[in-house]
Amino acid sequence: MSPPLVEAVGLARHYRVEGRLLRALDGVDVAIARGETLGLVGESGSGKSTLGRTLVGLQAPSRGTVRFDGIDTQTITGASLRQLRRRRQLVFQDPSGALNPRMTIGATLTEHLRVQGWDRAAARAHVPDVLRQAGLSSEYAARYPHEISGGQRQRAVIARAISTDPDFLVADEPVSALDVSTRAQIINLLRALQRVRGLGMLFISHDLSVVAHACRNVAVMYLGRIVELAPREALFAAPMHPYTAALLSAVPRADPARERARDRIILPGETPDPSAPPPGCRFHPRCPLATDVCKRDDPPVRALGRGHVSACHHAERVPQLAAGGSR
Amino acid sequence: MTQLLEVDDLVVSFGALRAVDGISFAVTPGETLGLVGESGCGKSTTALALMRLLQGATLRGAARFAGRDLLALDEAAMRRVRGAEIAMIFQDPGTSLHPLIPVGEQVAEVLRAHLDIPATEARARALELFRKVGIAAPEQRLRAYPHELSGGMCQRVMIAAAIACGPRLLLADEPTTALDVTVQAQILDLLRSIARDSGMAVILITHDLGVVAGLADRVAVMYAGRIVEAADTRTLFANPAHPYTRGLLGAVPQLDRGWDEDLPTIAGSVETALAAKGCRFAPRCNFAYAACAERPPLEAVGEGHVAACWKVR
Repeated sequence: MSPPLVEAVGLARHYRVEGRLLRALDGVDVAIARGETLGLVGESGSGKSTLGRTLVGLQAPSRGTVRFDGIDTQTITGASLRQLRRRRQLVFQDPSGALNPRMTIGATLTEHLRVQGWDRAAARAHVPDVLRQAGLSSEYAARYPHEISGGQRQRAVIARAISTDPDFLVADEPVSALDVSTRAQIINLLRALQRVRGLGMLFISHDLSVVAHACRNVAVMYLGRIVELAPREALFAAPMHPYTAALLSAVPRADPARERARDRIILPGETPDPSAPPPGCRFHPRCPLATDVCKRDDPPVRALGRGHVSACHHAERVPQLAAGGSR
Repeated sequence: MTQLLEVDDLVVSFGALRAVDGISFAVTPGETLGLVGESGCGKSTTALALMRLLQGATLRGAARFAGRDLLALDEAAMRRVRGAEIAMIFQDPGTSLHPLIPVGEQVAEVLRAHLDIPATEARARALELFRKVGIAAPEQRLRAYPHELSGGMCQRVMIAAAIACGPRLLLADEPTTALDVTVQAQILDLLRSIARDSGMAVILITHDLGVVAGLADRVAVMYAGRIVEAADTRTLFANPAHPYTRGLLGAVPQLDRGWDEDLPTIAGSVETALAAKGCRFAPRCNFAYAACAERPPLEAVGEGHVAACWKVR
């Protein structure tokens, strides 16, 4: 197997908030291959955006390393750093906030390319082409963000991200701010771009059904850790972490008969404060399977075969729990 | 059956813009009606119009609630209805609560505004309500300020305030949209059990078809200020008649199927709708033909099932 395009080892990112140490990322290992889309799900405060920003280099890790195409990203400077920026790009959640309201879409794209070292004429000439790849006609270059719809703005943000011909894209909640009908268009666009360009992609979403459509492998985060990672078929059919099982059972489905028939796994309480995570397994206060060992020992990440990993002492008991909750 | 609320040809306009363009629907006592649609379709405007909370809007039509027309009541009479007979909860509980007043006091204040009871009794009832909506350690939480509570906890406080006076109708505007999915499941469970136990009717406003599927008895689908289809929930999901409803249901990503195919989409965007003379969905509709230049009426297509489309009549 070829080495992964992006590989993070022991990644941690800590913030000081009012004198306390907030561990947004607390020991994350993850690898994404060329042409692979990894889905990343989790609730607010789980650290998924921090992981995305760290993998594209918008934030430095407090500990651990990020290797890109074999290169340790913390060691490089100058021209190769600029080259690295070109190769990894971020698509933001809120397309209105991600575009300068006083610049036309064309000017925004041109500026983005100029920063990467393109000369003005070449940058301008490139704009119609990237707009088209994002599903916008070239006339959108002359429009301001407020003159176009939310879906078109997100296409413009995607056009900017792919304009430098990157190898790796982090899409952070790219469809959360969009309506249902527009959301489907943007998911299809990202899938097509990924396929055609062979991009490596990290697709962050709180919505499991969106991730199911965009990604072959899915990682689940809870309180700064990846608690489960598996091919989507395995993750959805037979989750091996109780948090994943609860998330799956909580997703409202557009199917009244099933929605009324199933027993949900209702988790008690809410995600704990990340500056004071519970001892032992950090999920244990909310976990229906927790025993004494969970209160005491932090569970290691275990490989369970067929690319399925889980950080749970009782991983083998989870499928039974999930069968009751997802019917 | 006697209706609790009967909305008849409601029009809400802001100057020349008709945000709600002649909608009619009814809610029976104890029923949960889902009002579904994408942003800008007029679903929140409808709720705010019923509560008479819109500034600078012209209202037309009628909204008969328990023998009175809400649109014709004077402000004093409306104030007695609001909070006591019809209550409302919003998407963002953080901004709906006063940041500088303890949450228990805010709930007690709702009680004292409508019921002639002393402060001590109002506080005791607020504590009772906090228990009812599943707030842990309710005695301490009464004294908490909104910023000390999580989003889910704030929404529980909002629900406590909303049900404080035993309203007959609750308007819930995207009540779980700002919440995480596991917390959303808790709040939906709570709303379901309160509605069942108290016999309170609910108008559930949401863009999330999954939320509606689990909670609503009946669903009305709005598009660009109009109701385009309404039916009982099972019928609507199993046999959607209107091309917009069908498109909307098709565009929802499913957790367990169709992963490797592109999602079906609805071409274009809603911005084209307000300019349309007849059917507002026609510019995006694959089935549009000459007749669609005129507005289609909402007509029966089945038992308790209505749709506004010339093609499906």
